[in-house]
Amino acid sequence: MKQLWRRPKGGPRPLFTYVVRRTLQAIPLLILISLILFVILHNAPGGGLGPYLQNPHITAADIARLKHNLGYDKPIVVQYFLWLGHVITGDFGYSTSNSEPVFNAIVERLPATLELMISSFVLAFIIGVSAGLFAAVRPYSIWDYFITTFAFFGQSMPVFWFALMMQLAFAVHGIPLPGGYMIQLPSAGISSSDTFAFGDRATHLILPAIVLALLQVALYSRFMRSSMLEVIKTDYMRTAWAKGLNFRTVLFKHGLKNALIPLVTVTALTLPGLFGGAIVTETIFAWPGEGRLFFNALGQQDIALMMGYLVFNAFLVVFFNLFADVAYAWLDPRVKYD
Amino acid sequence: MAITAPINQQAVDEDAFVYSKNTVWRRFRKHKLAMAGAIVLLCMIVIAVFAWKFAPFDPNAIDNVHWQGNPLPPCFQDAGQCGGHLLGSDENGRDLLSRLMYGAQISLTVGVAAVVMELIIGTLLGAVAGYYGGWVDYVMMRITDVFLSIPLLPLLLTLTAIVAASSSKASLGFGVIVVIIGALSWPGVARLVRASYLSLREREYTEAAKALGNGDTRIMLRHLLPNAIAPIIVQATLDVANVIVLESTLSFLGFGIQPPTASWGNMLANAESNLEVAWWAAVFPGLCILITVLAINYIGDGLRDALDPNMR
Repeated sequence: MKQLWRRPKGGPRPLFTYVVRRTLQAIPLLILISLILFVILHNAPGGGLGPYLQNPHITAADIARLKHNLGYDKPIVVQYFLWLGHVITGDFGYSTSNSEPVFNAIVERLPATLELMISSFVLAFIIGVSAGLFAAVRPYSIWDYFITTFAFFGQSMPVFWFALMMQLAFAVHGIPLPGGYMIQLPSAGISSSDTFAFGDRATHLILPAIVLALLQVALYSRFMRSSMLEVIKTDYMRTAWAKGLNFRTVLFKHGLKNALIPLVTVTALTLPGLFGGAIVTETIFAWPGEGRLFFNALGQQDIALMMGYLVFNAFLVVFFNLFADVAYAWLDPRVKYD
Repeated sequence: MAITAPINQQAVDEDAFVYSKNTVWRRFRKHKLAMAGAIVLLCMIVIAVFAWKFAPFDPNAIDNVHWQGNPLPPCFQDAGQCGGHLLGSDENGRDLLSRLMYGAQISLTVGVAAVVMELIIGTLLGAVAGYYGGWVDYVMMRITDVFLSIPLLPLLLTLTAIVAASSSKASLGFGVIVVIIGALSWPGVARLVRASYLSLREREYTEAAKALGNGDTRIMLRHLLPNAIAPIIVQATLDVANVIVLESTLSFLGFGIQPPTASWGNMLANAESNLEVAWWAAVFPGLCILITVLAINYIGDGLRDALDPNMR
């Protein structure tokens, strides 16, 4: 039998060309983003020389020499292309607030940020998906109302205040348990000592991970609920029920698998945002990650580091956008490439 | 005649179902949480407007009579020590309740003003892009992509830090914060407006308006905007909530409204270091933010259901 839906022999594979085209579109976007950021940051008073201008031991002649050596006397567009040329070789400039290359500063903080982000994501995904699934299976029940209300609270909660309240409850006062036990968690830092101890690291992780997870739990449970409600209405679910398959098979194999597809997009679009959101969490919990690195650079006019962080952040957004679209197209064969 | 009349009547009713203010209000009223949100928000607005009358103390005055270096406790906790401060005082001996009332002014006005600015920019750009299409649309949507690809909070912090560095932190006044937030948060609205205009410009009434010799500007504003307004209103409402959280976050981090002007965010900045001695200074300002934002979000939810049940 002739299969009409097969692509013609020798023609390009649509998904592959789609990926290539989207990647090529992403490059000018990233260049435009970095150009705009560059112009904004380098028009700041003092530009990249801000920290030197505040130093009383540096004379006007020194400033002039620095300005020439660092290329700050050239037109801004020329400076940008010089910067771009360096970036391609992995050189993001020198961070004045950390006294090391920006690239090294960012790479050094990456493990701490990833530790926090991944643990909060796993926590949020498990809780969010199960809560959304639960709410969708029993819509308009008391549990559904409880979960949707909680999601609404989670979305409205100012993250920094939630962090303060968690510190107040679990770190300052501690929660007393029956039998004279006490839940008391450390309020700041990634560990108590330099030597690695799993228990110590884990207790330091709990509060910041919960704080960072709250918004995600709210998002994932809401999307999971509506996505699952959509799926439950479909014909193939009814067929699965009618075939007499048991509850678990229908729900997880036919339902969950399909309901998770839209969630891939939501997740991919949320993850890079977490990076920016981590500024607040990391600052409050004194977590030695990217967010705190950026926040310290802000106060010290460390232009090179701010630039590196913002470009890195924008790159993540563009990359995850691309990833979301490609993953969606790959998972759902009904999607057209355009 | 007898047969066509009811059919026409029905068609009129259906139109009225979408556009009549009465229907919208009736459907909004059914959403109990949205109504509760509206009442809470109304109370907040009244408190903010009449803060000068309601506030028991001057928000920036230090209570030299009772305050001796430690924050005064709320009256319900320690009536003997509170010195008449219902919710206690902050670490500088200023009345917390009065500061909360004046803080409401800042939060609400920043929220509304920044959203008005975002609406003007976003609607203008989105309308032009959607109405003209072609290369105008392409260029404008690429600009929108640029702004959507830079995470908002780091960018806001960068800009406020630059402003703070160029003169002083005290220059980070109300106006600067509004302009910076408004100038950066329009892409969402622009995309929304563009999407509706793209479909609305193909409608017959647009063609009719063109045939009658109306100018593009007039068609865009008088004929298309009223038909595209429902999702814009919902988005704007939810954005007021978002802006209130953003402003308080900036103020908390020290790059927003500067003390001594009270804002819910900067009241929490100092509360962090006094967490052990003064729980009230950390709890109440955040509670105000949460309640207000929750109320506005529920109103947005109610408006979405009331304006267009198919929008979800």
